[in-house]
Amino acid sequence: MSVTGANRVSATVVIERAAFPQLLDALKTARYKLLGPKLVNGAIVYEELAGAGELPAGWAEDQMPGVYKLKRRIDEALFGYTVGPHSWKKFLHPAVAVLWQATKNAKGFDLAAPPIRAQKLALLGVRPCDLHAISILDTVLGRGPYKDPVWAALRKGVFVLAVNCVEPGGTCFCASMNTGPRASFGFDIALTEVVEAERHFFVATAGTERGSAMLEKTPHRPARPDELDRADQLLANAASKMGRKLDTTGLKELLYRNHEHPRWDNVAGRCLSCASCTMVCPTCFCTTVEDTTDVTGRHAARVRKWDSCFTLAFSFIHGGPIRASVRARYRHWLTHKFATWLDQFGTFGCVGCGRCITWCPAGIDVTEEIGAIRHTESAKSRKEAS
Amino acid sequence: MGGVTMPSGKKPKLAVWKFASCDGCQLTLLDCEDELLALAEAVEIAYFPEASRAVVKGPYDISLVEGSITTPHDAERIHAVRRMSKCLVTIGACATAGGIQALRNFKDVKEFVSVVYATPAYIEVLAKSTPIADHVFVDYELRGCPISKVQLIELLGALLCGRKPNIPTYSVCIECKRRGIVCLTVAKDMPCLGPVTQAGCGAVCPGLDRGCYGCFGPKETPNTNSMSTIWATLGVSRADLTRAFRGFNAYAEPFRRESTAHEQK
Repeated sequence: MSVTGANRVSATVVIERAAFPQLLDALKTARYKLLGPKLVNGAIVYEELAGAGELPAGWAEDQMPGVYKLKRRIDEALFGYTVGPHSWKKFLHPAVAVLWQATKNAKGFDLAAPPIRAQKLALLGVRPCDLHAISILDTVLGRGPYKDPVWAALRKGVFVLAVNCVEPGGTCFCASMNTGPRASFGFDIALTEVVEAERHFFVATAGTERGSAMLEKTPHRPARPDELDRADQLLANAASKMGRKLDTTGLKELLYRNHEHPRWDNVAGRCLSCASCTMVCPTCFCTTVEDTTDVTGRHAARVRKWDSCFTLAFSFIHGGPIRASVRARYRHWLTHKFATWLDQFGTFGCVGCGRCITWCPAGIDVTEEIGAIRHTESAKSRKEAS
Repeated sequence: MGGVTMPSGKKPKLAVWKFASCDGCQLTLLDCEDELLALAEAVEIAYFPEASRAVVKGPYDISLVEGSITTPHDAERIHAVRRMSKCLVTIGACATAGGIQALRNFKDVKEFVSVVYATPAYIEVLAKSTPIADHVFVDYELRGCPISKVQLIELLGALLCGRKPNIPTYSVCIECKRRGIVCLTVAKDMPCLGPVTQAGCGAVCPGLDRGCYGCFGPKETPNTNSMSTIWATLGVSRADLTRAFRGFNAYAEPFRRESTAHEQK
């Protein structure tokens, strides 16, 4: 995994809970738009925040295949939930973006591209899995000769406040994908939240100069060894509490060998091809463009929207869609995430955040589907060996 | 299929036809407040009894057809409309799927007639309420009960400049997710037909915390069987499953099949 930006880690410090709001205030003073977790209508979603007072203190959720339920925590942790329904993709790779607009004039037409951003963004509470997802999208959208201008404009100068994951959810498997639960790169500041009976504090590490500068503006002191141990212990526990596991050994080859596996028919029986998995996936980047004109014929626009490989139009070429069956569409998506992505971009396309499992109305679980394919194959080879 | 590009200076003639329906979809056209004047500029509203008694004779460049075919007379009339129309667009669940009145397709219509009307002999009615496309060739379909104003303007805008209209056939889920709406089924155990229903409404009901009623009808490749399995785990009875699929699009084939599968004999 490539590292985004310089990663100068200064000394690890402790911020007490009471002082924490000042960190967000410092970001606000530096004119960042604060985007972070907030309790909205039965879920913890990422939205614009006025300050630390809007963080979902004392809230968590249960996540299972096809199930998300908010619940109260016994403590007042600010980041005691796992991950939100929508990833940070919605801010950096917006669901709908007007690419250009044209207006007829006497000679021809005027072209204009709407401004992409008004304010620099601070992402608050980014989990390590989502840091990896942002890095993957940096590779897909932000590099090479054909950079995506929307991504480039929104991504530039984004301040990332990562929060290490001490509460993995029931559908999480970042430990299997090597993307968590500890942030290792791609942040300005990384926090570990520690809530004890008598104390509530954050162990903070700056990853950049900008991060250090923000820490400077927040009351803090050097971390004591026992505080560091406590944070390490929480993260070690988290790694062992993953709700899901995925064996990635030879995964690419496994999927390439099993293109005709009967499991694809089985999953197609349950899959709604509703595309929810791809919409909530923090790395699914596909879009379509719609060219529109108004009834006067004087105004035209090209609008880009999130698209999905689960739609028929996605693979439509002359004569019809290439992937007409749901079997073919599911197989294509899963194989891309866990096999062809490696050939294309050098990493898995999955970061183990578990969103596709939780937010699938049918509760289809990628780890279970892959597990089923691996299981039948190993059962077969055992049989052949005996 | 295609646009209605006109020789320069000539406005395309628009007609609006009504068959068995409630008029709600036609009203969507009048409801296009901001665009209505521009539309009246761009087309000649030649036949629209809901809005004006003035009638300009056919043929028409664009015909918007509302309603389903329920009588022998209408089954004839739709052919006359087709003959007069360069581009025929069906609007709404009645015209595209038979509408709520297609509930009678599951029963014996003669029985209804005998119960409802004082003199059943005067009633001439077909056994089934059927969509326009069962009778004549249809160029474009707009789904919904009622149709979406945005989609109507989009389609007319496309026809007027001869481009492809953007009328996606994928699920409501995609519109929900693009709007950032949290899934009601997953987060609130709420039965929702969004995963099997065609987009186009802009996820109106989920955006107001109500499950999708399926008024835009079945999406492309709908897995209604899996949808029913999910609803059953949410505690929905088989009788209620039948009712859920028997809404405005009851006679759309995937919904018809699914509702019938759960019917208690």
